[in-house]
Formats: sequence, C-alpha cells, structure tokens
Amino acid sequence: MNAPIAERPLLEVRGLAMHFPISEGIVLTRKIGDVKAVDGVDFDIKRGETLGLVGESGCGKTTTGRCILRLEKPTAGEILFDGQDVNRMERRELVALRRRMQVIFQDPYSSLNPRMKVGDIISEPIKVHGVEPDARRRRDKVRDLLSVCGLDPKFADRYPHEMSGGQRQRVGIARALALDPEFIVCDEAVSALDVSIQAQVVNLLEDLRERFGLTYLFIAHDLSVVRHLCQRVAVMYLGRIVEMAASDELFDNPLHPYTQALLSAVPIPDPRVEAGREFRPPRGEVPSPINPPSGCVFHPRCPMAVDGCRQARPVLRELRPRHWVACSEVN
Amino acid sequence: MTVTLPNPAATAASPQDTLVPKRTAWAAALAFVRRQPLGTFGLVIVVVMFLAGGLAEWIAPFDPEENDFAAMMEAPSLVHWLGTDQFGRDIFSRLVFGARTALIVGFSSAVLGGVIGLVMGVASAYFGGWFDLIFQRVLDVLMAFPLIILALAVVAVFGTGVFNVIIAITIPLVPRCGRVVRASALAVREVPYVDAARALGFSHSRIVLRHMVPNVLAPFLILLSAFVGQAILAEASLSYLGLGVQEPVPAWGLMLQGGAEEYATTAPWIAVFPGLAIMLTVLGISLFGDALRDAIDPKLRDR
Repeated sequence: MNAPIAERPLLEVRGLAMHFPISEGIVLTRKIGDVKAVDGVDFDIKRGETLGLVGESGCGKTTTGRCILRLEKPTAGEILFDGQDVNRMERRELVALRRRMQVIFQDPYSSLNPRMKVGDIISEPIKVHGVEPDARRRRDKVRDLLSVCGLDPKFADRYPHEMSGGQRQRVGIARALALDPEFIVCDEAVSALDVSIQAQVVNLLEDLRERFGLTYLFIAHDLSVVRHLCQRVAVMYLGRIVEMAASDELFDNPLHPYTQALLSAVPIPDPRVEAGREFRPPRGEVPSPINPPSGCVFHPRCPMAVDGCRQARPVLRELRPRHWVACSEVN
Repeated sequence: MTVTLPNPAATAASPQDTLVPKRTAWAAALAFVRRQPLGTFGLVIVVVMFLAGGLAEWIAPFDPEENDFAAMMEAPSLVHWLGTDQFGRDIFSRLVFGARTALIVGFSSAVLGGVIGLVMGVASAYFGGWFDLIFQRVLDVLMAFPLIILALAVVAVFGTGVFNVIIAITIPLVPRCGRVVRASALAVREVPYVDAARALGFSHSRIVLRHMVPNVLAPFLILLSAFVGQAILAEASLSYLGLGVQEPVPAWGLMLQGGAEEYATTAPWIAVFPGLAIMLTVLGISLFGDALRDAIDPKLRDR
C-alpha cells in the first residue's frame, strides 16, 4: 500500500469515454443520439493492487473493462498500460498486450466454447502465441494450470457441459492464466456463482494474486466480496466515477450521497440488527444514459442537491488523503 | 419453507462416475441406431443409394445405354425387373446408374454451396459493418430468384453437362446457406467465448473457423441435408427440362421426362420408378440429416 510515489501505475485510465451511437433508418441511417455508457472516467491501478469497480447494472463498469481490454474502441480518452496507449497499438503490439492482460468473465456457461475440450481451451492460447511449441510439454502445462486452479488434471478431457458452474469458472481462470499475464480484468467473475462457490473462487483469486503477483480490476456489484478482495474501490454511477478510496475507508466513511445509499442497501447478516436497520433507497430511477442529467448526474435523486448541482459537473476532489469524491456539497 | 436434503441419487452420479473415457466409433453407431430409428431408416436409404451409385457396374444387369428394340416398353418381368423404356433400355439398370449421377451432383453442389455459404455467413456476421451490409445485399439479389430459375440462368451461360449443372445448383444454394448461418452466427458473436478468443489475441480466421463455425454447425447440418435433397431435385428438374444432364447419360430427371409425357397411361413404370427413386432419396437424406444433428450436439449426446 505504501508504494513509492515515483513508481508508475501499471494501468492509467484518463478521461475514458465510450458512447454507443443510436441510429435510425435502414438505408439512410442518421445518428439520433448516444448511449453514454462511460463518460469521462479516470483511475490508476498500481502493480500488485486490486481495484474494485462497483455500481448498479448499466452504470458502465463492464464497458470500462471491455475498453481496457480493447474489446471496444473507446470514443475518447487514454488507456495507458505500462506507459503505452492501448488504443494506439498496432497489430503486433496488440498481440503482445494480449499476453500481459487477460479477462475472466461473469458467466461460466457461455464463456467457454462448448465444442472444445477443457484441455484444448486452455492450451489453445499457449499454442497460438508460440509459448510452448512442444505438444507434450503443452499438455503438462495445462495439467499444471488445472491443478493450480484447484481442478483435477483429468478434467482436460472433458467438455465444459460436463462440469459444474464453479468448475467451469476455474477453467476460465486457468485459461486467463495460460499466457502468464500481469493484469486480469475480472468482470463480475463470481457474480453468477452460488455463495459457497463464490467464496472458494474469491479465495482462489487471492491465492493466484499472491502466487503470480497479479494485478486485478475487479468489477462487481456484490459489495461484501469487493471489500474482502480489493485494496481500493471506485464507485460508478451513470458512466462516471463518483467516489474512490481505500476499501475500508470507503466502506466505513462513505462521503458521496450515492455511495451512502448504495452501502445502506447491503443487508446485515443478523436478523435483529437487519430488522432495525435504516435503509434509504435513493428516490426515483436511474436516468437514461442517452440523456443524462446536466451537471452532477446524481442530482435528481440526491438528498443533498442544491441549485448549483444542476449546472456544474463536479470533479473528483481529494477530500481526505487518498479519498476522492465527485460532489460539490460534501466537505 | 422446507429444507431440501441432498438427493443421494444425484450425489452418487457425480461427474467422476459419469465420466466416460473414449467412446468407440462402434458404440457411437449403436447408440445412434437405438436412439434414432427414423434416422436409421434414412441412413439405410442413403447407404443403399451410395452402394447403388458406387457399384453400379456390378449391380446393374444391363448396360444402361444399350437399346434393345426387340424389348421396348416391356412391363416389369423377371428379365427386366422394372421393365424397359421406349428405347428398350432396362429401367432398373438406368436407375442404378442414375443414382450415381444424382449423388455426385447432389452432394457436390450441396457441400460446395453449403461450405461457401457457411464461411461467408459467419465471416459476414463476425466482421459486421460495411462488409456485412454489402454481402447481405448481394445475397438479397441472388435470393430474389427461385432456385431453379437461377440454376437455369447459370446453365444458359455455362452450358449443360454434369460439371456445369453442379456449378448451376451450387450458386443458388450459397445465399440460402449464408443467410441462415449468418443469423445464428450473429448470436454466437455476442457470446463471451468469442470475446475471450479476441482477448487472447487469436486471429480473425481462427475465431471464425475454430470458435464460431463449430457453434453454428447444428443449423448448418440441417440445411445441408435439405440442400442435398434440393440439389437432387434441382438436377432432376434441369434434366427434365433438357438443360441438365444430357441423353443418353442415365439421370432420374431425364427418365421421368421420357416416360411421363407420352407413356404415363400406357407404360406407367417408365415414369413411376424414377419418381419413386427421387422421392425416397430426398426423404432418406432429410431423415438422416435430422437425426445426425441431434447426434452430434455434445449437449444432447449423452442423454
């Protein structure tokens, strides 16, 4: 946590925006608007750190992850991975980037090709990138990866549909590790699993982080998992980061009204305390990202909103040491 | 609220136990016969047609192109099992040799048209954008003509003969396959394993051929089996119209034409047997293709 300030972050995201155009007409298409899925996001991730990215469905956290992986081409902004801009990479640089940056998906059922055996799924990247041209040693590596991920090496001969959700997710993790990456985007990597399996996979991700010195961007909506796994957390709302701080600081002292509302929605695992808990859901619905509110995007639902919130878009300010908030009203 | 205890039967059948090592081809074939009686019926017809076409020289009792003017339009008998036509040629022998023509033309054009359509359809869905738009409009133009009309146009340009008939039937099949395959490929493109393949830095051709094509095979095989039937029908139609295979090469469509026009009442066997051959073959291929789709889907296989 107390890394020297001089060290450059592994990943720097600067002003990232992803607007999906909405068009009308079949032959003569014209643009009638944009879905502003991500609208100006900045953050850094240091080497070895895990940053949690939380927010409700549709807030743009998955799109942010996809832009970093260059599965989408962002509308604006820079994504610097180890100092290099991911969006300006040529084909060859991009292939090199793929070896250093990987992804684990949410749905363990659709993230594995159903026509391929588990062993082929894991060995394909090793083969394509020419990491291990020898077929026998490649097979050994697949067995190693399977056991590292807590699976019996015998699973290499199975098809994904012959396995449970938790086992499949471990295969997805083994595939992500096949190229020895430094950085992994975990896109809701445990959200689709049931709770007992979730804990196992979270522990596996922690073990792997220590063992291989991995850096994670952990995208999730389950706040307790995020608190457990992440050193720092960024909260997203309608395509923007509203608050970012060290995990404990954010959960214990949320400053932004949206974060406070989000945290108040987390149930407490004690029925008596839970019954007396004060829950203040933000009023209204999440506005459409096609026409986001002016100024602070949270102002129509915010209990603290004043006239000024309608005009100026608040910037992230460091209100406490390493605790950034995008709200003009809190101090 | 009831508490559900783990079902002992369910836990006993853990994946470790149900894991079958390697299924032999023989066991797979037996399983197919047991689970797909109609498909097996279709398979038998297809096999019989293949045997007839492949071993025609040994099966046919007469030369299919030899005229016997002493035995014209004879009814089925012990000598000529299915009778003779107006030139005294043995109908059974011509049917057997006609199976060869039908299968060569049917399979070549169906496979050719199907595979071209498959790869183009998946590529169109994968790349999207302008490529997809232009490709789809080209397919629209080709689809605007009925199969037989387009085939007729191609024959008119290239001329008749077995090879040209294959080309003529292949061309109208490509858009029919491309359109259906593209629709399933559009769904497959959005599935995370394709994103995973992109994130792993695989080439476009690898993603299209290894990750997308195998996952649209189920609709493709159904199409392909329908295509073989359609292609055999189209070949028969072209030959019937005199624009396909030319006399005296034995082809079912030609035989039908020779028999149906003048002798439908006086010597019905001349037209009935080639008609039956066409019908049975198309039916058999469709039944088999249907069953094959169920059998090769790994998700349906071990049930």
